[in-house]
Amino acid sequence: MAVDTASSGQRIPVPPHRDTLARRGSITLSAHPRLRLTLMLSAPLLWLGLIYIVALAALLITALWTVDSFTGTITRSWTLDNIITVLTGSLYQTVTVRTVGVALLVTLIDILVALPIAFFMAKVASPRWQRILVIAVLMPLWASYLVKAYAWRSVLSQNGIFEWLVAPFGGQSPGYGLPATVITLAYLWLPYVILPIYAGLERVPDSLLEASGDLGGKTWATLCLVVLPMIWPAIIAGSIFSFSLSLGDYITVNIVGGANQMLGNLVYTNVGAANNLPLAAAIALIPIVIIFGYLAVVRRTGALENL
Amino acid sequence: MRLSRPARGVLSIVTGLILLVIYLPLMVVLVNSFSTSTSLVWPPPGLTLEWWGRAFQSEGALDAVLTSVQIALIATLVSLVLGTLISLALQRFAFFGREAVSLLVILPIALPGIITGIALNNAFRTILGVQLSIATVIVAHATFCIVTVFNNVIARLRRLGTSYEEASADLGAGLWTTFRLVTFPQLRSALLAGGLLAFALSFDEIIVTTFTAGAGVKTLPIWILDNLFRPSQAPIVNVIAVVLVLMSIIPIYIAQRIAGAEKVSR
Repeated sequence: MAVDTASSGQRIPVPPHRDTLARRGSITLSAHPRLRLTLMLSAPLLWLGLIYIVALAALLITALWTVDSFTGTITRSWTLDNIITVLTGSLYQTVTVRTVGVALLVTLIDILVALPIAFFMAKVASPRWQRILVIAVLMPLWASYLVKAYAWRSVLSQNGIFEWLVAPFGGQSPGYGLPATVITLAYLWLPYVILPIYAGLERVPDSLLEASGDLGGKTWATLCLVVLPMIWPAIIAGSIFSFSLSLGDYITVNIVGGANQMLGNLVYTNVGAANNLPLAAAIALIPIVIIFGYLAVVRRTGALENL
Repeated sequence: MRLSRPARGVLSIVTGLILLVIYLPLMVVLVNSFSTSTSLVWPPPGLTLEWWGRAFQSEGALDAVLTSVQIALIATLVSLVLGTLISLALQRFAFFGREAVSLLVILPIALPGIITGIALNNAFRTILGVQLSIATVIVAHATFCIVTVFNNVIARLRRLGTSYEEASADLGAGLWTTFRLVTFPQLRSALLAGGLLAFALSFDEIIVTTFTAGAGVKTLPIWILDNLFRPSQAPIVNVIAVVLVLMSIIPIYIAQRIAGAEKVSR
């Protein structure tokens, strides 16, 4: 068209823009990026700030109040009693150590299991198999969390399939308890750990692996010196899921954990049966502090951009 | 790095074993949904179709599925809008407090559900003074679903760059036209992936839901928890779990197809 107009010597004038309100608004916004930013951020920040931050802050404040043991209502007088109870009570210390131990173990198991399968999916499988495997890993996510926990109760029960499978070899089901809790939690969060690691591995260019091989790097050396540093943020991102989801869980422990309690159970009982929200809030501070500490440590790795 | 043949073999066997462990409990659920025994006996003493018939007539279960779908759809829509806005703001602007905002988005999923649950429960009842209802569940779910949309969209935006949008603006398109015709089509599959995850997250959530649902609100997970330990109902729960897993193939397959098509066209 440009050639046409040039050869015929006439110019087609660009029609003037109609001066609509939308256009004027668009021009104003283009000229003022700050205004654009404010408009974009106001809705989500109002939502998260008003709903979530206010709720969290209110919960923390509640931890400083007490419950009148006679009427069961909350007395709004400031006290550190709940916090001191939680910090010094041996029950809370034992349960905290147990919960953190379980969460760490679950995370470790998930990472160790996720690495080989994610590597196979990203670097070994053909594109067709890759697609099938992603579906195979994603599908269990849609089976209800409760049903899966209950399925493990069934698998690990005295007459369950686990006993049936290992009995011929002289094995025995671990029964219900902490080992069963660790197994079930690791099972439940496994897809959440596999997916980020798989995505991280997909971003490692094959050419780097080949370069490492060409330069004489053996398989292990390549994995440890080239692949691992590159997918480290993805591993951390996966670990945030398994760690924090395990840290607050109380339902799985109820289903397969026998009589064991985790922090989540203590919070739950104090909110429900004991009707002591201030104490529950004080207990809830423990996982909040742990998670904030964890996030602060891993923030530098860039993991938060890999969630 | 070339993987040797034995190494590939070992890796595929390990992958196979992991998949076996992933599917073992699901298989137990499947078989138990046909078992004549209502307790957890293996192998099942006999097979029956009774539970499948009763599951499709169970009004409690069907109502619960509808409630959950309704909550998950609205929560997903809200989180799609809010998540897209936040990721555009964080990716396209540098401003004071940017890090704090990205932490704020992650927080509802990084903090254990029970904390989000009691915090929101307390806030709804004592600060805002609203009755717990289906709306409070939707608000709570949307809050922790934002992060899945955010992560998908911001990863896409990082890859896209702004050259197409600048070209569109140079050619005279307004902000809204540019978003509608240039930015949005490029984000579509990321939005779909994030939306699917958000939907799944909301559909399966139990802990936050327990604390934010009104008395009459029964989502599917709440219904399942109510019925899991009732011997006459547990097998029906198994049937529903099997149906859900089978149905989940559809959205996952669609998402995969779209992702695959984009890879080819790029």
